[in-house]
Amino acid sequence: MKCLTFATATLAATAISTTAWAETPELTVYTYDSFVSDWGPGPAIEKAFEETCGCDLNLVGVADGAALLARLKLEGTRTDADVVMGLDTSLIAAAKETGLFSETVVEAEYALPVEWTDPVFVAYDWGYFAFVHNKDLEAPSNFKELGESDLKIVIQDPRSSTPGLGLLMWVKAAYGDEAPAIWDELADNVVTVTKGWSEAYGLFFEGEADMVLSYTTSPAYHLIAEEDDGKAAAAFDEGHYMQIEVVGKLAGSDQPELADKFLNFMVSDAAQTILPTTNWMYPAVTPSAGLPAGFETLTVPEKALLIPIDEVPAIREEALAEWLKALSQ
Amino acid sequence: MAQSVVAVRPILMSSKTGISAALLVLALILLALGAVMSRAEVGTGLGAGDWAAVQFTVLQAACSSFFSVLLAIPVARALARRRFVGRGALVTLLGAPFILPVIVAVLGLLAVFGRSGWVNAGLDALGLPNVSIYGFQGVVLAHVFFNMPLATRLLLQGWQTIPAERFRLVAQLRLSPRAVFRAVEVPMLGQVVPGALALVFVICLTSFAVALTLGGGPRATTIELAIYQAFRFDFDLGRAALLSVVQLGLAGATALLALRLVPIVQVGGGLDRMMPRWDVRGGMQRAFDCVAITLAALFLLVPLGAVVWRGVRGLPQMPMQVYHAAGTSIAVAVTSIALLLVLALPMAGWIAARKGGGVEAVGLLGLSASPLMIGTGWFNIINPYANPMDFALVVTVVVNAMMALPFALRILVPPMRDAVQQYGRLSEMLGISGWRFWRIVLVPRLRAQIGFTAGLTGALSMGDLGVIALFADPERVTLPLQMMRLMGAYRMDAAAGAALVLLALSLGIFWVCDKGGRWRAEA
Repeated sequence: MKCLTFATATLAATAISTTAWAETPELTVYTYDSFVSDWGPGPAIEKAFEETCGCDLNLVGVADGAALLARLKLEGTRTDADVVMGLDTSLIAAAKETGLFSETVVEAEYALPVEWTDPVFVAYDWGYFAFVHNKDLEAPSNFKELGESDLKIVIQDPRSSTPGLGLLMWVKAAYGDEAPAIWDELADNVVTVTKGWSEAYGLFFEGEADMVLSYTTSPAYHLIAEEDDGKAAAAFDEGHYMQIEVVGKLAGSDQPELADKFLNFMVSDAAQTILPTTNWMYPAVTPSAGLPAGFETLTVPEKALLIPIDEVPAIREEALAEWLKALSQ
Repeated sequence: MAQSVVAVRPILMSSKTGISAALLVLALILLALGAVMSRAEVGTGLGAGDWAAVQFTVLQAACSSFFSVLLAIPVARALARRRFVGRGALVTLLGAPFILPVIVAVLGLLAVFGRSGWVNAGLDALGLPNVSIYGFQGVVLAHVFFNMPLATRLLLQGWQTIPAERFRLVAQLRLSPRAVFRAVEVPMLGQVVPGALALVFVICLTSFAVALTLGGGPRATTIELAIYQAFRFDFDLGRAALLSVVQLGLAGATALLALRLVPIVQVGGGLDRMMPRWDVRGGMQRAFDCVAITLAALFLLVPLGAVVWRGVRGLPQMPMQVYHAAGTSIAVAVTSIALLLVLALPMAGWIAARKGGGVEAVGLLGLSASPLMIGTGWFNIINPYANPMDFALVVTVVVNAMMALPFALRILVPPMRDAVQQYGRLSEMLGISGWRFWRIVLVPRLRAQIGFTAGLTGALSMGDLGVIALFADPERVTLPLQMMRLMGAYRMDAAAGAALVLLALSLGIFWVCDKGGRWRAEA
């Protein structure tokens, strides 16, 4: 140990920055790309965590949740990641099946509409899927009304997009075996299906559709960041499907304590205050200062829908087949 | 004219470099494919849905390439025959649709042809029923928008290889326009059209977002989307690899077929300079050319205008980070150009010196390989030894160069073949071979084509998102990725501004190279 101290001291004499690097442990966190972007929560989260952890937080962005899981599967036990952040309720079952994650003991007073007691994954934010429209539109109040109307919607492909898959689960959770009939009705309302959320939202913005599949929290962005209160989310009386975003630590991590620290940080006040206005989702734990001003104007569904995570894999296969059949005619 | 093809002596050019370049491209694709397969578990194989995707893909690609090239013929002919103010700018702009990120181009098209686009607004005003872009027609329309300009450039180049003396001769003989077309232009088209068709077909084979968005939903599922599903939704690497093989097979078969069809005719030497066209001064012909150029320019420029208009409004909101990303993208583009030239020139030389053109198919394979498959494969190869993130830009550069290779070959091979045939004997007699043959004979003769190739490669790499997804390196973000990030963060206006910067830079790099190639040469 003395020898090591001596070596570090020598290095410090020659290059101060090198010593800092050698002494600081590094925590590698894989997440989705929009988290690490300059307009996402990444920069603020990194700064806040590094202030307390005495470590270097290395956020690595990988496209989106599904690509994140695919990358983790490709890397297997070789992965450099200590923590994976940004999987959602539709992916948890598949993520657990890899056996790469380890259990954790994070305590938090979740403000989720459903109970969250997963032993592996910690929820850090969540949202309701919803159809966003301009305020001057008289929005339908459920899928049946939407199907009967002439309104045009743009949605995302469940095969390449997380919200797209969320919509499948939404219809399935609300209607079960009746889902194919609902999709048959919706087929003529769907203007088109896009590869991802950005494309769909872009199309909606260009006026190609009356409504776009997004989140109930989307109008908050326009209200808070752009001071535009012209957008709203349609409240559906069947209930709204939830997306809960989670973070988990890997069993093979060489920084298990630091990883636990990060998981705890993500449900702490510091992180939870950052998330609503950077990731534009609800915080999993209500920050002590409450929700940011503007969030009180959002549509709050009367009922939250969520398919139990271990039933997701079987249901999504069936739901995809039904969706493909209805929309391919 | 019916002389036999000059057998080119191997003395003139060494084929070793060309063969190595071809092997390198093959290795890049096959190693990636192998790496994906090596990770495959017992999968489900190809289902009915996958075969439907194959069918749709082939059908839309065939229609798209047919219409792109068919419509390009009158436009290229008109551009070849006329000189007018703005011609140079128009020829440069022909490169534009091709290099835009897919979503930007789609939004531009929708501003014109979409539900609330100008065409439908006009129809409304006239009390006529609206037209819908969404459906098979939309897929073909978008692909024609992307590829017709490219096909026009390729055909235009064909017209420029016709010796000017021949047009002087037809003017002296007072041949009718129809006779000129049959005697002079059709044989040239016979050489150029199959290659252009194959190229556009292969580009459309890997289409995904355009086909899905404008096709109106899962009816328009292409092979590339099925590959996506296999990777992301099912994580069935076996099926992803199988689908990639189908994609490569289709491209390979098309390329071989098209290149076999190309008759090798000797053009016969001219004085190798441009001359005025005395044969095209008739009023009817003038009117016809005028209509062709105007329609093409409108079809091309109006959606681009929409992109520019949206972008200008978004510019004030565009954050600084976009400029950093622009710097990264320029570096990537310049490196891609350098790598591409190192690969393409020897390969083109090798192909030009051979009798058949079959090997050019190797180039097309590179274009037809799914970027997702290449990305995943190489990720898998690099991962055990190093952090793939450190290689993000290297892989991007290599893949960009590989994607640009078939364009480069299509542009370089025909004129190189002519040059080799025309100057081969003389050079051999004078003892000019190897490096000196390149320097004295080929490069000066092909300057315009090399410039065009470099410009196209630069512009293509500028707009490419391709393989970066799995490798993404947060510190070195390219401009298209930064634009997508802005969109992903709800900043649609700022993203439109970034798209405009991207368009300007791509066109800029294209213009500099293209112009550089034609500098002090009337072409």
